[in-house]
Amino acid sequence: MKKLNELTVIESIEGLKKGEFKCIDLVETCLYVIKIRDPKIKAFLKVTEDSAIENANKADKEIKLYGEKVFKEKPLLGIPYACKDNFSTLGIETTASSKILKGYIPPYESTVTKKLAEAGAILLGKTNMDAFAHGASTETSDFFTTHNPWDLERVPGGSSGGSAAAVSANMCIFAIGSDTGGSIRCPASWSGITGLKPTYGRVSRYGLIAMASSTDSPGPMTKTVKDAALVLKVIAGKDPFDATTSNTEVPDYLEKIKNVSLKGLKIGKPRSYFETEFESGVKKAVLESVEMLKENGAEIIDIDLLDFKYSLAIYTIIQRSEVSSNLARFDGIRFGHLRDHFGFEARKRMMLGSYALSSGYYDAYYSKAQKVRTLIIEDFKRAFESVDLIIGPTMPSVAYKIGSKEDLYGELTDTMQTPGSMAGLCVIAIPGGFSEGMPVGIQFIGEQLAEVKVLAAAHAFQEITDFHKKFPEV
Amino acid sequence: MTEYKLVLGLEVHIHLKTETKMFCGCDSNIYEAEPNTHVCPVCLGLPGALPVPNFEAIKKTQVLGLALDSILNKESRFDRKHYFYPDLPKGFQISQYKQPLCEGGEIELDSGNKVSLERIHLEEDTAKSFHENGRTLIDFNKSGMPLVEIVTKPVFKTVGESVEFCKKIQDLIITLGIGDADMEKGQMRLEANISLRTQEMEYNDILPDYKVEIKNINSFRFMEKAIIAEIKRQTEILQKGNVVNQENRGWDERSGTTVSQRVKEEAHDYRYFPEPDIPLLYFDEKHIEELKNSLPELPQQKKTRLMTRYGLTANIATILSTGYSFGLLKKFEGFVESGLDPVKTANILINKKESRDMSFEEFEKLLNVSTNRIINEKNLKNYLEEVVKNNRNIINDIKGGKLSAIEFLVGQVMKNTKGQADPVKVRELLKSEINKKFNTAID
Repeated sequence: MKKLNELTVIESIEGLKKGEFKCIDLVETCLYVIKIRDPKIKAFLKVTEDSAIENANKADKEIKLYGEKVFKEKPLLGIPYACKDNFSTLGIETTASSKILKGYIPPYESTVTKKLAEAGAILLGKTNMDAFAHGASTETSDFFTTHNPWDLERVPGGSSGGSAAAVSANMCIFAIGSDTGGSIRCPASWSGITGLKPTYGRVSRYGLIAMASSTDSPGPMTKTVKDAALVLKVIAGKDPFDATTSNTEVPDYLEKIKNVSLKGLKIGKPRSYFETEFESGVKKAVLESVEMLKENGAEIIDIDLLDFKYSLAIYTIIQRSEVSSNLARFDGIRFGHLRDHFGFEARKRMMLGSYALSSGYYDAYYSKAQKVRTLIIEDFKRAFESVDLIIGPTMPSVAYKIGSKEDLYGELTDTMQTPGSMAGLCVIAIPGGFSEGMPVGIQFIGEQLAEVKVLAAAHAFQEITDFHKKFPEV
Repeated sequence: MTEYKLVLGLEVHIHLKTETKMFCGCDSNIYEAEPNTHVCPVCLGLPGALPVPNFEAIKKTQVLGLALDSILNKESRFDRKHYFYPDLPKGFQISQYKQPLCEGGEIELDSGNKVSLERIHLEEDTAKSFHENGRTLIDFNKSGMPLVEIVTKPVFKTVGESVEFCKKIQDLIITLGIGDADMEKGQMRLEANISLRTQEMEYNDILPDYKVEIKNINSFRFMEKAIIAEIKRQTEILQKGNVVNQENRGWDERSGTTVSQRVKEEAHDYRYFPEPDIPLLYFDEKHIEELKNSLPELPQQKKTRLMTRYGLTANIATILSTGYSFGLLKKFEGFVESGLDPVKTANILINKKESRDMSFEEFEKLLNVSTNRIINEKNLKNYLEEVVKNNRNIINDIKGGKLSAIEFLVGQVMKNTKGQADPVKVRELLKSEINKKFNTAID
């Protein structure tokens, strides 16, 4: 019998509908588990215990009053979730794990957290991350490093590491992260959970403390693909407060992926992603997953994509440039702290970005990078003419030991994620095996707005595997 | 001594009249509001807030572009312009750099000279700082206000032309109904870029390698004074064989000079790059056609029509065609349509303020009286001769130096003509009559 905190979103809703337990039980169990596990894992920057309990009691009243049908209007009623600390939450300190924002209490709510609240979800707390999302490990957090629930000596991945660890360690039912160049997919992979980076513009960025504005994509981090589908439906859609959001209607993802099989699905396997050097254990696990897809009717087609070294190079330029601009508002005049509160990584990125944008260098760096970006977008378009999806390892390695890669903070490990970010595609990362006792992730890459396709394939994969059902002993 | 030629270009900033600010939903009627009451996460630059462009402001900028014969770009975008200042909450201003809404354009001055424009673009205004008791307070109401910027080429040869240009732009903004351009409220601000060059450079079309920018001028009079003072300052420096610094200067009304504000480096690095939060803007022919059709009659067109259709003089037509005279022109056209003489109607409307509030009947009466007076001028001579003949003692007083005595004679003529004469005219004619008859030189 599963403990309440171990339930998926869909299982929790079923239980609430059937009256097997109450929201307050669900929330209190999660809060209890946070209390006993988080001192070791350090996923949360802040736990919003009082408001969570208050909201749980309210949710219970609503269920009692309106019965099951209340879930039609509030599809996530009573479901406790953890939110990355770069989402602006009204009245709740929001720092993006940076000291320069210590004590900043936003006077407004981000669109994502607002939509979740309207759907009835209950915020348990704000999770740790690399400061301003600059990193792939949470080691650049200005406060502390989050530990991987599978091995406390390892990083959980990042930058949405706190959210990933909170889901992995069953301290919440689901979590929200944001992905700029892999920040949902990397920690999902290393912490052994499901993470969806939606198409750029599918989910509103309003209220998300900007990292690289042209690739930031908020998304769900969950225990299963079905959960990701359900949460995505709630948070996706056109937002009058974000001019880059898509007008395309939001489908009922969960309904659309229910009866999809792998038969006849054309999955592209990019040679460059598999021929590159990566950990043998990871390679083995990923190839086994590919084999499983094949056995279950998927057609695996070798394809050629541009070498991802180009994506990584231009991502570095574009992301640093946008970072230097986005962080300019922290000028020491507002928010209560001087600029000396910026961490080393943020300073490094601002310096590099300012350099790339300065006159005389703009054409050589930023402008050229945008041209290459167009080529990458076209490269993917061409690939999707012959395949439905593209598969690859999410990360070339399993999670590394805390402190072992301080120089680069896991930047090079982003190699397999930046192409999808640069092209604004939708990508899902799901558990695809184990190596050295640590989770290995595989990713399905789809065209822009092809969320149904990637969710369907990933869900079909989870129907034939149970990697996603394994959780670490904490 | 070398003679220097003026090189002068202007940048005119104007608040557009829109319901909301440029990139957020805040009410843009900020002019009498308490500080920091028209603000939101977007115009305060809070982390995570995003700009959403105001299409009303975009359209109004394009309308201005059409009125100034600019080319409307089919594809336009916003850029971030970075600099550090306390009144700039994001550390950058959203402006337009590479693909402004409008490029080129021109406007004709009364002399027939044309002022060529570089571009017209749209941006957000900054907040306002107040320095008092050693502290700086910031009012963010103005932050994010829609601001259109008109940049001219360095084409002005005289100060007078530059002032006339600004007045014409102000008038156009009012005519188009896209702004109030009230300089006292800071809705219109001027910047002058001034440098001097030798005649030889002018002949060879060589621009000086420096320019001095006079920022934030908030009246036409100050602009005129500032430019004149700056020309004097630069002439003196150049004549001593020195180099003029490239810098920003401000006008100091008390000292009557420009004062240095910030030395501008060779090329200030604003690190422009395309605003990633706002998608590229595309405009099709249909959109531009619709805007063209929405254009009202422009001041220049109005002036030409008034002159050709009604035979008004250029002066009168100019007055009637300004944005401020909109009500007056309507009245004029109404009266003329009802059958009144256009030239006389225009003259009376402009010269007699009290006539502007009259009904048609009252106005017609006034017009006839005035007209009679004018006709009677020819008959005035008889009245004048009569009065002069019957008042020899008064004439003697006038000859003796008591010039005010002429008023008695004017009164007599008015009395005899039963008020049908124009007293100004009578006074004038009396003087020449007396001068002629008595060989005096009264004036």
